Amino acid sequence: MSTHFLSVENLKKVFPPTNGVANLPVFEDIHFHIDKGEFVCIIGHSGCGKTTILNVLAGLDEASAGEAFMDGREVRGPSLDRGVVFQSHALMPWMSVLGNVAFAVKSKWPDWSQEKINEHCTRYLEMVGLGHAIHKKPAELSGGMKQRVGIARAFAIQPKMLLLDEPFGALDALTRGTIQDELLKIVQATHQTVFMITHDVDEAILLADKILLMSNGPHAKIAEIVEVTMPRSRTRSGIHHDPQYYMIRNHLVDFLVNRSKTYAGAEAEMFHDAKNPPVVRPGLDGELAPVLTLTAEKPAAQALKHVVNQ
Amino acid sequence: MSGKLKLKAAFISLMMLAIFLGAWHLATQPKESAVQAATDSEYAAMMGKGKEQSGFPAPAKVGHAFVEYLADPFYDKGPNDKGIGIQIAHSLGRVAVGFLLAVAVALPVGFMIGMSPLLFQAFNPFIQVLKPISPLAWMPLALYSLKDSDISGIFVIFICSIWPMLINTAFGVASVRRDWINVARTLEVNPLRKAFLVILPAAAPTILTGMRISMGIAWLVIVAAEMLVGGTGIGYFVWNEWNNLALPNVIFAVVMIGIVGMILDLFFGWLQKLVTYRE
Ligand SMILES: Nc1ncnc2c1ncn2[C@@H]1O[C@H](COP(=O)(O)OP(=O)(O)OP(=O)(O)O)[C@@H](O)[C@H]1O
Ligand SMILES: [Mg+2]
Repeated sequence: MSTHFLSVENLKKVFPPTNGVANLPVFEDIHFHIDKGEFVCIIGHSGCGKTTILNVLAGLDEASAGEAFMDGREVRGPSLDRGVVFQSHALMPWMSVLGNVAFAVKSKWPDWSQEKINEHCTRYLEMVGLGHAIHKKPAELSGGMKQRVGIARAFAIQPKMLLLDEPFGALDALTRGTIQDELLKIVQATHQTVFMITHDVDEAILLADKILLMSNGPHAKIAEIVEVTMPRSRTRSGIHHDPQYYMIRNHLVDFLVNRSKTYAGAEAEMFHDAKNPPVVRPGLDGELAPVLTLTAEKPAAQALKHVVNQ
Repeated sequence: MSGKLKLKAAFISLMMLAIFLGAWHLATQPKESAVQAATDSEYAAMMGKGKEQSGFPAPAKVGHAFVEYLADPFYDKGPNDKGIGIQIAHSLGRVAVGFLLAVAVALPVGFMIGMSPLLFQAFNPFIQVLKPISPLAWMPLALYSLKDSDISGIFVIFICSIWPMLINTAFGVASVRRDWINVARTLEVNPLRKAFLVILPAAAPTILTGMRISMGIAWLVIVAAEMLVGGTGIGYFVWNEWNNLALPNVIFAVVMIGIVGMILDLFFGWLQKLVTYRE
């Protein structure tokens, strides 16, 4: 297990009872791993527990069972080794843009001089295209700019791993595109290890080496691991010309629309091993892959529906 | 546009003041009413205007008191005759000491309570019982145990200022956005830095609101307290002038209390603005 940079084993989360009513496990039997320099996206319907998994990886939340190891050590509590970009940008509104990043940098390197800190922060803010706005307050920035400050803050502490929770979820398509490009550039240059939650299929294909598909909760699982087999030097404008793109995209959309609900319950275990979720390469295996999985799983799904309806 | 609005509002304010002063002036015209009521002196007596000398002072008389006292605010002619500036300074001094002591206790304790739901629950019954007690109800206990009227006055200010600050600090600290705390946690910020650089600025607007309320109460209470303990201060001044039946001076002092209270409130309002952040 420890051969991987990050490995997650048997993770399960049950929230404490609300008003005396016990909660069902949000997810269980979650197994996956991430290698150094890999960019992994996780996709799943709203409420399936993506943020909860990320919080466990960040050390902000505790799993009910199972564990996560990073760099051979168990994840216990938050650490400067893991930079987090939050779903809401989480900038401190009383600090300037520079102040927000400097706060993080000073936490990582307490004995740096103010000059060195400012210079370091400015470099990272320029990297996300905010060199002109470093003295502004977050309230004076647009949504996209705030999110970029959050990204600069996470990158500036040079963590071993980045955890991004839908960093572009609240942005319009145009802004999202430009920031995706920036992120792509930075990641390609730094070989940063990244775990990112997204709702956007295209974003996942553009950025990820590997996409984890999560089934619906409660009892959510990792249903499949999709390898994005297109060359790493993708660009947002060029990606559409690659025939693999459509095959991967169809596979993902098909999962989200048709198959994501079919993984809960005992019947699902007949065709799905959560400990070893199937690794698929819809880009290379052509249209066979989705068709194959469909024919393999449709009957089971139908049977499941049948059982549920009775 | 807003400048024009302000100008209009100021004009209306002045008009209201003028009407008020005018009405007051007319209502306290002893000569005229005596002349007019000559035919009906019984009516005049019934209206309380019979005794011209001890009637309610006319605005001009009160105006005279204003001029007299404000012309030389800092004279000191013995214990019963000091300038208004000195009296107000005494009151402000007591309020400042009591208030700062309250800050020194309320902020750390409020912080603690706000951080820990357990402590909050534990402290809550005491706060709920102690909060509604009128500060002046503490006076006999304070006088008996502290044996000093000055210190008792300060204690009463302390005890009445502490609750709004304590409650607001606890509330402000407890409701700091989870996201900001999580940012500090992922950055492994040490507790002291977290307290001063994250929680304090995040809770500052709420804390300042508590301080502003506390200061308002303290200024209300100091006047009453000084009436009881005597010696110096604007409250004592009011009491003293009442005993002298010098109503114009009492009215003057009442207006001064209002103005000082307003300035204090404006000051805290300004502080509040300083720490308020826009999200
Ligand atoms: N504190 C909590 N107590 C009880 N249930 C919770 C709590 N926090 C989250 N949940 C539940 O856990 C589930 C997963 O929540 P989570 O925030 O991880 O979803 P998500 O996959 O990130 O969704 P989204 O895509 O909308 O952000 C949800 O069904 C939610 O209702
Ligand atoms: Mg989420």
